[in-house]
Amino acid sequence: MMLDAGMIDGFLAASVRVATPLLLAALGEMLAERGGVINLGIEGAMLAGALAAAVGAATGGAWTGLGASAVAGLALALVFALVAIGAKADQIISGTATTLLAVGLTGALYQAAFGSAGAGLSLPTLAPVRIPALADVPFIGPALFDQPVTTYLALVAVPLCWWFLFRTRTGLALRAVGESPEHARAAGVNARRMQFGATLVGGAFAGLAGGTLVLAQVGTFAERMTAGRGFIAIAIVVLGRWHPVGVLGAALLFGAATALQFVFQAMGLAVPYQLFLVLPYVLTLLLLAGLVGGVKAPAALGRAAE
Amino acid sequence: MKRQVASFGAGLAVLAIFFAASGHDPVAALGAMYRGAFGSWYAFTSGTLVRAIPLMLIALGFTVGLRAGVLNIGGEGQFYAGAIAATWIGLKLGGWPTIAAIPLVLAVAFGAGALWVAVPAWLRLRFGVLEVISTLLLNFVAEALVSFMVQGPLQESQHIYPQSDQLPLSARLPVLPGTRLHLGIMIALGCAVLVWYVFRRTMIGFELRAVGRGPIAARVTGGLPVQRLAAMALLVSGAFAGLAGGVEVGGVSYALYPNLSPGYGFTAIAVALLARQSPVGIIASAILFGALEAGAGAMQRDVGVPAVAVYVAEAVTIIAVLLADTFSVRRRNVVTA
Repeated sequence: MMLDAGMIDGFLAASVRVATPLLLAALGEMLAERGGVINLGIEGAMLAGALAAAVGAATGGAWTGLGASAVAGLALALVFALVAIGAKADQIISGTATTLLAVGLTGALYQAAFGSAGAGLSLPTLAPVRIPALADVPFIGPALFDQPVTTYLALVAVPLCWWFLFRTRTGLALRAVGESPEHARAAGVNARRMQFGATLVGGAFAGLAGGTLVLAQVGTFAERMTAGRGFIAIAIVVLGRWHPVGVLGAALLFGAATALQFVFQAMGLAVPYQLFLVLPYVLTLLLLAGLVGGVKAPAALGRAAE
Repeated sequence: MKRQVASFGAGLAVLAIFFAASGHDPVAALGAMYRGAFGSWYAFTSGTLVRAIPLMLIALGFTVGLRAGVLNIGGEGQFYAGAIAATWIGLKLGGWPTIAAIPLVLAVAFGAGALWVAVPAWLRLRFGVLEVISTLLLNFVAEALVSFMVQGPLQESQHIYPQSDQLPLSARLPVLPGTRLHLGIMIALGCAVLVWYVFRRTMIGFELRAVGRGPIAARVTGGLPVQRLAAMALLVSGAFAGLAGGVEVGGVSYALYPNLSPGYGFTAIAVALLARQSPVGIIASAILFGALEAGAGAMQRDVGVPAVAVYVAEAVTIIAVLLADTFSVRRRNVVTA
């Protein structure tokens, strides 16, 4: 079978859909890392967001679910922040513990909330919102203008993050903390408060990412359903060179690698599907090796401020 | 020692509170857990100790890395690399004498674990890529590789189920009669003693510690090849996790299938942290966490509490250890200043 326009439309739309939660989580992680905090707990925050979205949607509708997901992600980030920034414990290990905590909590609470039968597919979800005229533009129309509201949210967050980081005093202060908490402090910046703030906002983003997964993609919750997407978001931040536009590009790349799998299936190519599952990870390793030489991480990454 | 007991106690206490809050009877749940882990000789050997074996091996590896300042959080992936390799070689050894087949299976698994982590080690040496990210990413690649293997080259001969054929008897580890406890426990204990000896009594153990404590001082005043030592520690760390995968296939599952590990790679981090870099401490804390996992299964079976809840106890234990260490360091600093 040959490629036709409909398949390209479908491929681009699927790429953006898959990229949306990755983009949200990665933007949040980028904010934290710009402040010098590497949070491996966003995998857990995402998972907590996913469960909260399912519970919220089941009781109060899709929008309640979306709000609940952000709150849950923020709560998990607070646990991480208290240990890693408050007590200045190792960030990698604190993050791993936060994720384990979320795996245990969500797994058990899910059964308590929905019983062993699970939430099923009866949750209210966020339907695509079609933007008239623009959605009819070939190729990019369906990909960018016929998507659930969370996708628009994620796309709008890109310039907002850019504006915050590079055009506001607070953003400048945050970046200063990420380069050198000592110098930032000498300049009168409350470095610890900056790190706390960025980490909590990052957690809320990760929670929304989990909410997107449930409300706009899968339609239900399952134990460990984030399946490492939070960790991928961390790779995306590196790949996107800690810049909002770079992060957008890297997230789309990951989305496209996953969506490619659908295209190949539709074309009937007999390639083992595991190859596509692996592709984004290998790609990241290759790009990390090739690109990381020319880009600098925030100098104080991993170091809690005094 | 007191601090470790308190940390683990905090983990159990939070778990109990969580049970109570989510509508389960904490006494019944923890009781079922205890019986599942220590209630009988069979439960202790075949539940607790069998689960402690991979935890012990992976945690020993993690500790070797940690001593040199390297965080290998890819134990899960290296475990699978070892499991794949052990299955592959084990299936070819039908006619071999056991005395030759078992060492060969384990050696291949050991090598496969080292090979799997060689990529992050090389990326770190050559390009300065953080091993935290690269080892983490390779976990997902390893899981996909297992999935491919059991539906492709290593699928059982009927081509129905996503798993491999069973290993021939000659490639299986001997079992303690009346239990499921296998030779792996002796291997894990032996490795703990070996790591203890290397840390305590050899030059290389001293050098690794110097690199981990102060890489710049180690290079400038000690003249040590810091990056090479760190990469070597990473390789050893992966090899131990690979060995754990081989031991699991040779002693427990006798076959390769997906989800062979219930997250051993991550639990082992908690094991190593609780033991605070002591190889002998790892023996004790691996048995403790093995008991937790064995007990979790019994808890789900007998009282209907989801087994996954034990991750709460693991997470709280890690956090308690971190907090205890941070605050004690701060206190010491105040005293010396």
